[in-house]
Amino acid sequence: MSMFADYDQIMERIATQRLWDFPGGVHPVERKSLSNQESIARLPLPELVHIPVKQHIGVNGEIIVNVGDKVLRGQPLSSSDNAFSVPVHASVSGEIIAIDEHVAAHPSGLKELTISIRSDGQDTPFNYEPLSDYSTRSKAEIISAICKAGISGMGGAGFPTHLKSNNVKPIEFLIINGIECEPYITADDRLMREHAWQIRQGIDILNHLLQPKQVLVAVEDNKPEALKTLSIACQQEDHYQVVSVPTKYPAGGEKQLIQVLTSREVPSDGLPVDVGCLMYNVGTCYAIADAVIEGKPLIERVVTVTGEALAKPRNVWARIGTPVKDLLTFAEYDPNKQSYPRIIMGGPMMGFTLSSVQVPVVKITNCLLVPAHKELPLVEDERACIRCSACADACPVSLLPQQMFWHSKAKEYEKAQEYNLFDCIECGACAYVCPSEIPLVHYYRKAKADIRQQQIEKEKAEKARIRFEARKARLQREKEEREEKHRKAAEARKQAMNKDGGVAQDKIAAALERAKAKKAAAQAKAQTSPDEAKKQAQSVPAASATIVTSQDDKQAKVAAAIARAKAKKQERAKQQESAPASQETSAKKVDKPSNE
Amino acid sequence: MTLTLIAILVVSAIALIFGALLGYASIRFKVKSDPLVEQIDNILPQTQCGQCGYPGCRPYAEAIANGDEINKCPPGGEATIKQLADLMGKEPKPLDAAHGVEDIKKVAFIREDECIGCTKCIQACPVDAILGAAKQMHTVIIDECTGCDLCVDPCPVDCIDMVPLNDKSENWQWDFTQVPRSDENLGDIPVRQLQ
Amino acid sequence: MSKLKVASSPHHHNQRDTGQVMRLVAYACIPGIMLQTWYFGVGVLIQIALCMLTAIVTEALIVELRKKNTERVIKDSSAALAGLLLGICLPPLAPWWIAVIGSFFAIAIVKQAYGGLGFNMFNPAMAAYVMLLISFPVQMTSWLPPISLAELNFSILDAIYTVFTGFTIDGYSIEQLRVGADGVSMATPLDHVKTSLVEGYTVQEALQTPIMSGAWGLGWAQIAIAYLVGGIALIKLNVINWHIPGSMILAAMLTALILHLADSSQYASPAFHFLNGSLVIGAFFIATDPVSAATTNKGRLIFGASIGVWIIIIRTWGSYPDAVAFAVILMNMAVPLIDYYTRPRTYGHKLKTSAINNSEDD
Repeated sequence: MSMFADYDQIMERIATQRLWDFPGGVHPVERKSLSNQESIARLPLPELVHIPVKQHIGVNGEIIVNVGDKVLRGQPLSSSDNAFSVPVHASVSGEIIAIDEHVAAHPSGLKELTISIRSDGQDTPFNYEPLSDYSTRSKAEIISAICKAGISGMGGAGFPTHLKSNNVKPIEFLIINGIECEPYITADDRLMREHAWQIRQGIDILNHLLQPKQVLVAVEDNKPEALKTLSIACQQEDHYQVVSVPTKYPAGGEKQLIQVLTSREVPSDGLPVDVGCLMYNVGTCYAIADAVIEGKPLIERVVTVTGEALAKPRNVWARIGTPVKDLLTFAEYDPNKQSYPRIIMGGPMMGFTLSSVQVPVVKITNCLLVPAHKELPLVEDERACIRCSACADACPVSLLPQQMFWHSKAKEYEKAQEYNLFDCIECGACAYVCPSEIPLVHYYRKAKADIRQQQIEKEKAEKARIRFEARKARLQREKEEREEKHRKAAEARKQAMNKDGGVAQDKIAAALERAKAKKAAAQAKAQTSPDEAKKQAQSVPAASATIVTSQDDKQAKVAAAIARAKAKKQERAKQQESAPASQETSAKKVDKPSNE
Repeated sequence: MTLTLIAILVVSAIALIFGALLGYASIRFKVKSDPLVEQIDNILPQTQCGQCGYPGCRPYAEAIANGDEINKCPPGGEATIKQLADLMGKEPKPLDAAHGVEDIKKVAFIREDECIGCTKCIQACPVDAILGAAKQMHTVIIDECTGCDLCVDPCPVDCIDMVPLNDKSENWQWDFTQVPRSDENLGDIPVRQLQ
Repeated sequence: MSKLKVASSPHHHNQRDTGQVMRLVAYACIPGIMLQTWYFGVGVLIQIALCMLTAIVTEALIVELRKKNTERVIKDSSAALAGLLLGICLPPLAPWWIAVIGSFFAIAIVKQAYGGLGFNMFNPAMAAYVMLLISFPVQMTSWLPPISLAELNFSILDAIYTVFTGFTIDGYSIEQLRVGADGVSMATPLDHVKTSLVEGYTVQEALQTPIMSGAWGLGWAQIAIAYLVGGIALIKLNVINWHIPGSMILAAMLTALILHLADSSQYASPAFHFLNGSLVIGAFFIATDPVSAATTNKGRLIFGASIGVWIIIIRTWGSYPDAVAFAVILMNMAVPLIDYYTRPRTYGHKLKTSAINNSEDD
């Protein structure tokens, strides 16, 4: 952390309003006044809600209800059976009519496991269990309350809040993110203006839980009202500081906001906590206060419904699971204002287009944008890159978007990764400024998805290879075992034969007798005939290994030694007389009996 | 004459120096690499389907190392051919249609009520991805199935289907042309009737 | 009853496309062109028109041959801009075929043969200029004296006649026109100083001629200022970054200053270098061509500064009076290398300890 500012330096800069900056960034037209003029309205109770079982980063919770069950508002539909699952709750009271695949809040328009509830119109609440006086409760109890309420980050990423809060590392800065840097979106703005006190309560809970040295509540300077209300709400606490951050997109990105406030950079392979920071969205704080103080789960959220194709753009409290069409109806969508129908979930920079109006509002849905004909014109085909590097100038994480684009397009993924493709936060600043209107982010997303897919396939291939080889080994083993079995069977047959017929045994006995007789004869010869002895002596070294083993052989050795001596004498007498062929045979004669 | 001599000497000296330099470099900077067959085998998709004409991926890898064509692997498709071409220093070629065509990922699915428990598919499966015993119903472990198709033919009652793997939004490939939006149009929503 | 439109984010776009960028650059040239026309006559406009026309026609033909969307390509105005920049650099009364050959070469060879917009390694206008200068040195250095100095009453028709036939209506040739009032052959100030130095005069003596009024080469300085105004406007409009022009002018000035301090009789002052020749237009309009320039800010500084140094070196010791084109082409070649070694540090990554990264970061 030596290259970054320390706590005191940071506090001094904040006190004097001299924040740091992040490189790049853009200033798109904000269009926030379209929706932030009126207070948050309440959507009429939806007839039908579709609640996806997974609305966060992690795994599905276990479904604990069945089709036909009657549920109450706020009743859990799934349970968090492992740390990475977050439960979902009924957002209306009524009957579960389906647990099936339903089109998801995702650009792919694919279907995901969803629980559909038909409202009974009564909106009867479930019996909530608040944590009375949380300041006396253990950390685990509070975290469990947050988890049970089904809270995941409401700023957009949807990371399970209980996981983030279950932190053991020391924290210098608890950062509350009220930046809302995307154009058009004003959900957090309205929430801060209208519910600053409850956000403050949420901050108190997090403060109690995490014990940071300092709480920084960051709001962009284009929201003076929100800054004011939050400042008032936070003024009693000395270590709560509301900071006005210069408006620039994407200042609300987690990494960018940390950089602006502290000059620190979250390591590429690390987490904010590695640089002593932890960040929560203001909406999440609001939900935490609900969960802990009232025991109320996350079943509704503020959604900005905006765009010039709506007669009444504004912010609404929408139940989780409400189909998008209900929100459009409420805001009086006028299809004639669009030359082609287009609905964006999220903001104009990072939001995604919907393929169906049946898509439900989920926990991370902060905005529905329905632009009029000329408001956000659809790009024509991309033109050739002119290498102007406006993209690199706009990139908030100092990437080289142009090079990444070349390599992503050419599917040279290794090179794209060399240019740190996976550090791209997909903020869209590069594509926003591109004069050739190249959908740069789209290329990166495709490349990333492709790389991940290749990774998965590689792992799968590796697994298949191991299984294939294991199978081969198993087949080989089975074959050997089979052969072994056959051999044993054959032996067993042989033994059985030995038992009932003495003939074979006699034969073997006879053979052994013959061998013994031969051996004896050979020894006798060695002792008697000097010639034979000499031949035998020459063959001794070859047979010595076997000779030493038996008693007989010792005698033979002695005999051989004697024979050697005799032979030498005789050699001197008769200079010649040797027959290699007969040497060989005599060697065999010595060999064979000892072998058998 | 001396000039020629000098020239020859100089050129030989240069040749000698460079030769020594190259020789040194080849020892000093020697790149140790996996045996070629390993590397090829790592690129192949390990479906063990045998569509290449070899009994499994490794035998094909050996064949490629011995000079066989690199375009005989339909499950790997274009991507695999490209990687093999890079590795082998060859030109990428289109997939050899004689060995099949690149298809979407599929897995085997046994219609369990029709299965007679003959174990023939179990014997055919190159990666042991089918569970079951004689006279017992069999089933496919989807995560282990490579989609090689080898179990389909041996089945005497034809109860094995190759079904496409369901797309999941987590591993969506950002292909907007594939977004299903045929039966969804705004005409159905009540908004339209407002005016 | 249509389907919902799906597309990838961002859905919001800066409404400035390639064509607009190119056109803004062209508009920023207007003050300079106007003054240039004032001093050198309509020949300037004729050259520009010829170059732009040839460039656009060439581009259209080649794009048509390459079976691409011709209308779209022409609309990006890049060919027109290349033609415009080449036209500005040509001597106002150069024969018409100079402009035609130059523009054709710029578009057909330098740009399209490399793959069209975005793929050319060299700045098309400058590569064409260098080609013309080397192939047709006489025509390419036949600059008339600024019109206020010329004795002859030179009409628009005269200009047109001269460009297309080589003679005025009254039958004067360019060489005759170039002889000024006192019978001294007229040249550009850079040319004049260079020649004088070769003849043994000092810089100070060389500047004491009618075409020079002190360091302010008459007309040339005013034109340079006009282009400077246009260039600053481009920076203000965020069309170009300050890095290349800034570092290029600064490096050129510094180099010139060092030389001037070493021997003021042999080396002209920084002001002389700044106000004469095409340093300013080169810095703001030529070297900033995005396609052939470096792409990172650090790289742009190195790229610009190197061009600046080269310009003074070539002006001082080279055989051609001006050097912007040569310097730009030289550094175009170095761009891939510069880009490679000036990659920025990505957020959250450790600083790379590359020696080149550190030493050239000045």
